[in-house]
Amino acid sequence: MAKVRPVRPRWVPRSPWRMAIYLVLVGFAFITLFPLIWMIVTSLKPDTEIVQQPHILFPASPTLEHYQNVWPRANLGRLFINSTVFATTATAGALVFDSLAAYALARFEFAGRMFAFVLVVFAIMVPFQVILIPLYKLLSGLHLINTYQGLIIPRLTTAFGIFFLRQFFLSIPRDLQDAARVDGASALGVYRHVIVPNAVPAFLTLGLLHFMGNWNDLLWPLVVAPNAKMQTLPAGLASFVGQHVVEYGLLMAAATLAMAPVIVLFLLVQRRFIEGIATTGMR
Amino acid sequence: MATSPARRVPRRSDLTPYPFLVPSLFILAVFLLFPVASALVISLQEFSALGAGTWVGFDNYLRLLSDKAFHNALFNTFYYTGVSVPISIGLALMLAVLLNAGIKGRTVFRTAIFLPFVAPLAIAAIAWTFLLDPDIGMATPWLRALGINLGGWVRDSTWAMPAVIIVGIWKNVGFFMVLYLAGLQQIPREFGEAAAVDGANPWQRFRHVTWPLLSNVTLFVVVIAMIGALQAFDQIFVMTHGGPFFKTETIVMIIYREGITNLEIGYASAISFVLMLLVFFLSFLQIRFFGRREIRY
Repeated sequence: MAKVRPVRPRWVPRSPWRMAIYLVLVGFAFITLFPLIWMIVTSLKPDTEIVQQPHILFPASPTLEHYQNVWPRANLGRLFINSTVFATTATAGALVFDSLAAYALARFEFAGRMFAFVLVVFAIMVPFQVILIPLYKLLSGLHLINTYQGLIIPRLTTAFGIFFLRQFFLSIPRDLQDAARVDGASALGVYRHVIVPNAVPAFLTLGLLHFMGNWNDLLWPLVVAPNAKMQTLPAGLASFVGQHVVEYGLLMAAATLAMAPVIVLFLLVQRRFIEGIATTGMR
Repeated sequence: MATSPARRVPRRSDLTPYPFLVPSLFILAVFLLFPVASALVISLQEFSALGAGTWVGFDNYLRLLSDKAFHNALFNTFYYTGVSVPISIGLALMLAVLLNAGIKGRTVFRTAIFLPFVAPLAIAAIAWTFLLDPDIGMATPWLRALGINLGGWVRDSTWAMPAVIIVGIWKNVGFFMVLYLAGLQQIPREFGEAAAVDGANPWQRFRHVTWPLLSNVTLFVVVIAMIGALQAFDQIFVMTHGGPFFKTETIVMIIYREGITNLEIGYASAISFVLMLLVFFLSFLQIRFFGRREIRY
C-alpha cells in the first residue's frame, strides 16, 4: 500500500495544449482556494474595509482586532479545549483499538472470525444518522450527555479503521512475524515489534482521518454535547453564526482559527496522506 | 496486494486473538449494533413528550407514504445527489487526467485542490455563505460582471439548493480526483503509446483506452459519492438550515428536525431506516463488484 510510483506521463502534449492545461489547473486551484484565502484576509480587515465598496482583497491596514474580540465572545477558548480533548482522545483510542482488532483479524484463525469480519463490514455500511437517536437515548440513560466520556466513548473504535488497518496488515510480510515468533515473541510482542513499526504510514493516514473526522464533525457533537460549555468548534460556531450574522470579520477570524489545526496537520503530512487515501480507495 | 491471512496459521484455533478483538467488538456491539436494533424498535413506537413509548406497529412507516414533508426531503436528497455526483466526478476525472499529463507542479495542484476535503465543512460553509452574499459578498459583484446572478444566494428559494450543492462539490472534487489519479497511474503508459502509434488523437485515446480502464475506479467513486451525497448535512445545517421554505431539507435534515427538534423520535427513526436502505443498496452494489478483489477470508 501507499506505494509511491514515479510520475509516468502517458502523453506529453505540445505547448499550446500544455498552456491550456496550466490555465485550467491554475484557474481551478484558485477557485478552490479562494474561499479559504478570502476567509483569512477578511479576518484581518478592519470593519471599515470589510463593508467598503468595491472590495479589495488584501487588507490596507491589517488588524488582529477580530481575533481579540471573537475569542471571548464566541467562547473560543472553551470550544478549542473541547474539540482538542474530543479529537485527540478519540483518535488515539481508535488507533489502539482498531489496530488490535485488525491484527486479530489479519493474523489469526479462530472461531468466529468470519462473524467478526462480517460485523465490521456491516458496521461500515450503517449510516451514522440511523443510530444517532438511540445512541443519544443510551448515553442519556448512562448520564453521559454533555460529558467528554459521552462524546468520546462511541468513537473509540471505528469499523472503517479496523477494515483499513486489516488490509494494510495483510500486506506486511509474514516472514518478519515468523522470525519474531521463532525468537520467542508473544502475540502482543509481534503486534508491538513487528506489526506497528511496519505500519507507520497506515497509522499516519488513519490517524489524520480520525482526527479530521472528529475535529470536523458537526452532527454528533451537536446532538450529544449541546451545552455551551461542552460544544466543539463546528457546533459552537454554527450556533454563533445564528446570533451574529452581520459581523463577519469576527466570524472569519473564528473560522480561520477553527480550521487551522487540521489544515496545518494535513500540510505536514500531505504527500503521504494523499497517497495513503488514494490507495485506500483502490485497496 | 492482500495475501490470504490463513496461509501459514495452524488450523488449531486458540484463545490468543480474542483479547485483541474484545475492546473493539464490545464498543461496536454496545454503541453501534445495539443502537441499530433499538432504532428499529423505536421506529415502531410513538413517544409522548415525557418519553414514554406506545406501540404503533408500522404506523410511522405508513406515515412516510403520505407525508409531504418527507416526500419533499426525498426529492431534495435526490436533487442534491443527482446534481452533485455527476458534476464532482466529471470535474475530478478531468483534473486527474490533466494532472497526469506530465506537467510541472503536479503535487502543488493536487494538494491545493484536495485541501477542502480536510477542512471542516461546517466552518468552510460559513465562509461560503458570506463570500457570495448578495449584499456584502466579495465575489458577488465579480460574478454579476460575468453575467451570473445568484439572486439571494442561501436565502433564495431557487439558489439555496445550488448553493449547498456547490459547497458539497467543492469539498469532494479533490478527493475523487486523487482516487482517479491513483487509477490513472496503474494504467501502463505503453497502452496510450500504442494507441498513439495507431494514430489515435488524445480524445480517442482517452475515450477508448483510458476511460474503459478506469471503469473500476469510476464505479467505486460513483458509489462512495452517492453514499456521501445521500448523507449531506453539515453545509446545509450551517448555510440554510433546510430552508428557505424547506427547499434544502434533505433526509438527514428532516431526521434532525423530527428527531432532535420536534422529539418525534419514532418517526425520525423510520425515516432513518429509509436512508439506511438506500445506503445499503449502494454498498451491496459496491461489494458485489469489488468483493472478489478485496474481501478474502
